Amino acid sequence: MTAYDALVGPFVEFGFMRRALVACLALGAGSGPVGVLLLLRRMSLVGDAMSHAVLPGAAAGFLLGGLSLPWMGAGGMVAGLLVAGLSGLVSRTTALREDASFAGFYLTSLAAGVLIVSLRGSSIDLLHVLFGTILAIDDAALFLVAGIASVTLLVLAAVYRPLVAECFDPGFLRAVGGRGSLYHLLFLGLVVMNLVAGFQALGTLMAVGLMMLPAAAARLWAATLPGLAAVAAGIAAASGYAGLVLSFHLGTASGPSIVLAASLCLGVSILFGRGGMLRRSR
Amino acid sequence: MTGIALHGVTVAYGGRTAVQGVSGRFAPGSLTAVAGPNGAGKSTLMKAVAGVLAVTAGRIDRGGLLARHLGILPQAAETDRSFPISVGDAVLLGAWAHMGALRGAGAAAGRVRDALQAVGLAGMEGRPVGALSAGQVQRVLFARLLVQDAPVILLDEPFNAIDARTTADLLALLHGWHAEGRTVVAVLHDLDQVRAVFPDTLLLAREVVAWGPTAAVLTPGNLARARDMAAAWEAA
Repeated sequence: MTAYDALVGPFVEFGFMRRALVACLALGAGSGPVGVLLLLRRMSLVGDAMSHAVLPGAAAGFLLGGLSLPWMGAGGMVAGLLVAGLSGLVSRTTALREDASFAGFYLTSLAAGVLIVSLRGSSIDLLHVLFGTILAIDDAALFLVAGIASVTLLVLAAVYRPLVAECFDPGFLRAVGGRGSLYHLLFLGLVVMNLVAGFQALGTLMAVGLMMLPAAAARLWAATLPGLAAVAAGIAAASGYAGLVLSFHLGTASGPSIVLAASLCLGVSILFGRGGMLRRSR
Repeated sequence: MTGIALHGVTVAYGGRTAVQGVSGRFAPGSLTAVAGPNGAGKSTLMKAVAGVLAVTAGRIDRGGLLARHLGILPQAAETDRSFPISVGDAVLLGAWAHMGALRGAGAAAGRVRDALQAVGLAGMEGRPVGALSAGQVQRVLFARLLVQDAPVILLDEPFNAIDARTTADLLALLHGWHAEGRTVVAVLHDLDQVRAVFPDTLLLAREVVAWGPTAAVLTPGNLARARDMAAAWEAA
């Protein structure tokens, strides 16, 4: 087998591999930059919690429309925004901090989601919801993923300045009349949207994988926000490609292969990145 | 010239009254220190004057100035110094009132270079804030105040954990603002610094202990009274 056969062949030969690749590239373009901002806002675990929070909505969508991304996506979006709003409300009005209320809501959501799927579907369906089916992605799902990536980049461009100001110095932004909490909510909306996009590829359990792993890796290479966003998007896309190629040749599940490829990028970055272990010891 | 008048200002949040019935006036062009024990509500009062916290009772008269047009330096702990923002961009945020979220910075962009020069960081626009020392970060935030160019400037513990040389440089800037007729209010802990530099002082212990010329305010009697009040609410 030549290198061409190994690295390009599967995508030339099979339409489903091409679709999966396009989905991964689009996913990386949106999730990478969103993940960077999550990381910088010290909200990595909130992203994780949100990915579970979308499950019951996705499961309800699954009951109504079957295994279709638009249905499950819409349900997931509603559930994710609901949990984000509720936990924000609880942390502002009670003694529970935001991370604690997120943890409470996401555990509830995860259990409710699995319960809903088990009501109707088979355990195969449950596996698909939890771990994704990127190789079975159809036109509607592809358009949804690409649309979410486009909207994400446009919205990020529009609210870039207040988001940066809110991360760097929230007290100052409030004092000069910038509505920080509005942008915070808008940003949480973007997180939920990208998790919904990540869901078809990686399933609800790992949707956050292409968000946080590339972002964490990028932190070890780039020093500016545009640089971080570009590196994270690149790593996410590369992980998607590498994961697909590996899963094709080794016969492994595609979602975990993609996430592990991203983990490998993080591992390499931890060792060799700017400020990584091997650079620092010198 | 703009001053700030407080009329029976009370601020409560989280079910706790942090500032109680504060009345008085930061006169136009005055240079005032706000001092008092920990938990005295100094930062809370600053935030209320800046319009960040709503007053529960009473009224703040900013002499026709919008709250968002006041110059403000939040406490150092509120800024995320590891955030990957360049020195130039951080300073340019001072032009928020002109540019908001979407508009161009216009003439303010040209002031960034001069402001950095004035705080002793000439030519450092491109450096990431994360690579600076604590003192240099404070210089950046003072440069942002210069770009803001506000008639009233509020500073919350501007010299906390800042080296002596930087403190001296920044105090000189503060004097310059005073000389230009701006109204300057700073929350401070170091009473020797207050006595040396600030003509007026507000001694706060949730309510006003004394407010006026520094020598008449920072008397042993007033300071003891502020400490007793602090001990009383700590015991409660």
